[in-house]
Amino acid sequence: MAPSTLPLGLPAPEDGSVPPAAVEGAGTRSFGLYVHIPFCAVRCGYCDFNTYTATELGGGASQDAYAGSVLAELDLGARVLTSSGFPDRELSTVFFGGGTPTLLPASDLATILRASTALWGLAPDAEVTTEANPDSVTPESLRILREAGFTRVSFGMQSAVPHVLAVLDRTHAPERVPQAVAWAREAGLKVSLDLIYGTPGESLEDWRTSLSTALSYEPDHISAYALIIEEGTRLASRIRRGQVAPIDDDDHADKYLLADEMLAQAGFQWYEVSNWARTPLDECRHNLAYWRGDDWWGAGPGAHSHLGGTRWWNVKHPRAYAQALDAGRSPAAGREILSAGDRSVEEVMLRARLSEGLPTDRLTPAGRRAIAGLIADELIQPAAAFAGTVVLSFRGRLLADAVVRRLLPD
Amino acid sequence: MSPMARTAPVPAATDPAIIRNFCIIAHIDHGKSTLADRMLQLTGAVEQRDMKAQYLDRMDIERERGITIKSQAVRLPWELDGTSYALNMIDTPGHVDFTYEVSRSLAACEGAILLVDAAQGIEAQTLANLYLAMENNLTIIPVLNKIDLPAAQPEKYAAELAGLIGGDPEDVLQVSGKTGVGVEALLDKIVRDLPPPTGDPDAPARAMIFDSVYDTYRGVVTYVRVVDGNLRPRERIQMMSTRASHELLEIGVSSPEPKPSKGLGVGEVGYLITGVKDVRQSKVGDTVTTLAKPAAESLGGYEDPKPMVFSGLYPLDGTDYPVLRDALAKFTLNDAALVYEPETSAALGFGFRVGFLGLLHLEITRERLEREYNLDLISTAPNVEYQVTLEDRTVLLVTNPSEYPSGKIAEVREPMVSATILAPSEFVGAIMELCQQRRGVLGGMDYLSEDRVEIRYRLPLAEIVFDFFDLLKSRTRGYGSLDWKADGDQVSDLVKVDILLQGDQVDAFSAITHRDKAYAYGVMMTGKLRELIPRQQFEVPIQAAIGARIIARESIRAIRKDVLAKCYGGDITRKRKLLEKQKEGKKRMKMVGRVEVPQEAFIAALSSDEAKDKARK
Repeated sequence: MAPSTLPLGLPAPEDGSVPPAAVEGAGTRSFGLYVHIPFCAVRCGYCDFNTYTATELGGGASQDAYAGSVLAELDLGARVLTSSGFPDRELSTVFFGGGTPTLLPASDLATILRASTALWGLAPDAEVTTEANPDSVTPESLRILREAGFTRVSFGMQSAVPHVLAVLDRTHAPERVPQAVAWAREAGLKVSLDLIYGTPGESLEDWRTSLSTALSYEPDHISAYALIIEEGTRLASRIRRGQVAPIDDDDHADKYLLADEMLAQAGFQWYEVSNWARTPLDECRHNLAYWRGDDWWGAGPGAHSHLGGTRWWNVKHPRAYAQALDAGRSPAAGREILSAGDRSVEEVMLRARLSEGLPTDRLTPAGRRAIAGLIADELIQPAAAFAGTVVLSFRGRLLADAVVRRLLPD
Repeated sequence: MSPMARTAPVPAATDPAIIRNFCIIAHIDHGKSTLADRMLQLTGAVEQRDMKAQYLDRMDIERERGITIKSQAVRLPWELDGTSYALNMIDTPGHVDFTYEVSRSLAACEGAILLVDAAQGIEAQTLANLYLAMENNLTIIPVLNKIDLPAAQPEKYAAELAGLIGGDPEDVLQVSGKTGVGVEALLDKIVRDLPPPTGDPDAPARAMIFDSVYDTYRGVVTYVRVVDGNLRPRERIQMMSTRASHELLEIGVSSPEPKPSKGLGVGEVGYLITGVKDVRQSKVGDTVTTLAKPAAESLGGYEDPKPMVFSGLYPLDGTDYPVLRDALAKFTLNDAALVYEPETSAALGFGFRVGFLGLLHLEITRERLEREYNLDLISTAPNVEYQVTLEDRTVLLVTNPSEYPSGKIAEVREPMVSATILAPSEFVGAIMELCQQRRGVLGGMDYLSEDRVEIRYRLPLAEIVFDFFDLLKSRTRGYGSLDWKADGDQVSDLVKVDILLQGDQVDAFSAITHRDKAYAYGVMMTGKLRELIPRQQFEVPIQAAIGARIIARESIRAIRKDVLAKCYGGDITRKRKLLEKQKEGKKRMKMVGRVEVPQEAFIAALSSDEAKDKARK
């Protein structure tokens, strides 16, 4: 999941090297790999991810040659890490996102995973996930993935209600989802379902239907995102023109309330603002690594990477990406080297979203002084705060950004 | 026809018989500046290549708004029948806020061009200035401008002008400042019809100040019309109102660039520079004489300018307070009518209570402060000066609602104006309705022509300072015009309405209103604030109250969701930057108790856009 708009940053070096400071403390951080697959059969009206349909792509960046470019970036990554003095770390998580990774032949995904394993090694308990569209998998393709070492598949279900799927431009038939889930189970993969709520025209009942339908498929994990209207998407312009109703924060709040209630009833626990797992073992460790500030290499056009306070992002277009690698250059478009202050802001911003919480000793004195007020306003859990951790209350999860601002007063 | 003069008469040695002093009386956008430009060109005072549109309107804001704030005087040479004449054109402000300055400019002239748009007819302010001119016994030359416009109705308006000032419609000149048609004939007519100035060349010098401008490089430039005697360079002059004396460092005429001369004689118009740095030492209306041979009596007619409208000016960014303080100090060097004193608002911080001649004066001053000093300002709702008598007979003058006493009040007096409104007669009903709503009392009504009417009302000043003019314009489809002058005061049933956010009073939103209108104000302001203040993490009640009595209430529901749903690897940088931006935005928030109020909400709540909204509906 790489957003389409890249941040403004410093120029990134052509050889992909990272500053020495990025190595500090690497031994205490896990290492993961994100692989971006920038292809979709259709572009959805709400999506601002860096993805391309076959017709948008044009020549010079075919899906067939894509795996080769990724392999070249992985080679570069391995060289950079070794020459920068990073200790050897096995991959603890791998995540294929998109786009629609399953638009590539399963054998391509398997090839990329095997190459990564060859370069870095894969931890015995590693989590290897791919995102998938319910209509882009077959029993055969899922079996190939499992055999290659994939452990988990995350289906973009979004909704169980046809008119909601239509507004989102999702093409799959709702009845395709249980079938895909069953095939994944048969292949031995864990299953996560992605849902979107707050789509224009979606009633509270529609959302209840989507939740109960998703739960009836008995997934291990559910992500539920409020629909964000991103600038530049087709849905944004349809709303601006008045063709589709604008989204409403109160409606989102009601639907979040319903989701948490139904998911908790079904035995799911929230572990991040928008994520619920059946057991702690079902939590998505790859995403947790993002929020905990661990290291990862992001391969593919527009993918973001993070190594010990250095973040960088690749060029957006698959053609420019392939050209850079063909010429032996790093595909990075820009980077930022976080100051100590930036890093602690990010730590508060990200860890406060987790149920495991943020240790209060990670806050500045002024940030700690805000805690009493947050307890008074019922935004954080008092018992956790007394024990030295900031954990959002239910109300606080819906106002998490406001909580973060109050924890960062300076 | 006369070409430009071959030889121009020399200042200080010009026979009054060949001098003509005149001004142009016109409404905003009736084309005065364009006509003046054309005269500068035709007389050769400004070379073609130096010509820029509206040469005389020097300030950017004047040029943009097409209005003249400060007057200037230009000496133009013109030849008729073989004689070279010196024409002094004295530019006058056209707006009602500057009536006193207009009256002084008129007093410097023997004649006035009454310039009227041939498509629109005369407007109330022009009529007011015309009365002033006739009171000063000026000879009036009626002129219809913009006769090139397709919508021009010269016959109709010529008849209207002739009806007003007497005479024959045939005598009304028809010109176009834009194309130049008729302008030479007008210059000839000025020479023929206007009387030359008269005065005693041997008497002690007496010159009247009709304008006084601060110039960064030269200090105060004082514009005068010499009545008796003469002024010479290096002489010591004396201001008769203050008895202060200064050395004349430079004396000269504008043509239109300043040109030093050997002096100014009877009937001449020019400028003086003494090195004085503050226009208050060189006041419009004052009489200049010489220290060596002082005049016994001043020319009379001098008045101290009196501010009518008061508003609090606050910098959006509190750290800009010293900049605003210095800027106001500079402005008063050039604007004797501007008065100010520091004040504090619990909601807005440190600022100034500033007195203005009227609403336009306020707007122009604010705009110039923002533009010239790069300031972002909040101005509170304009107020008038109330005279509050307490039961113990103490009398207070209140220009700021937050100073309104809460104790026992015996009586409140508010300033009144007499207003003259001119409009096509089809709008009489709409105008009377508006004036009635504004507590006006009808004084009389006259038809100027078949379809144009003059309506006179006595109104509280407070009722016309905020949005009255905008509403008048919208209810008369732009045709209505307004003139007003102060007309004493009257006892009124006034109350202070406070606005409370979560129980805390917000001083910037308090208002003094008539008791019958307090409820409407309360409903309007609480409703406006409900729209303007973003939702907070808790419910925020907004109340309007008279004393302890709540008269209107609204509430802002608590925000329920403030979280970005997804935040994965590629979102982190973007999210951190958004957070930094939000924190930056928070600096532009004012805390009222626990409620965060954006600066924009103060500006929007205090602005007069209500009138525009109404016009749209």
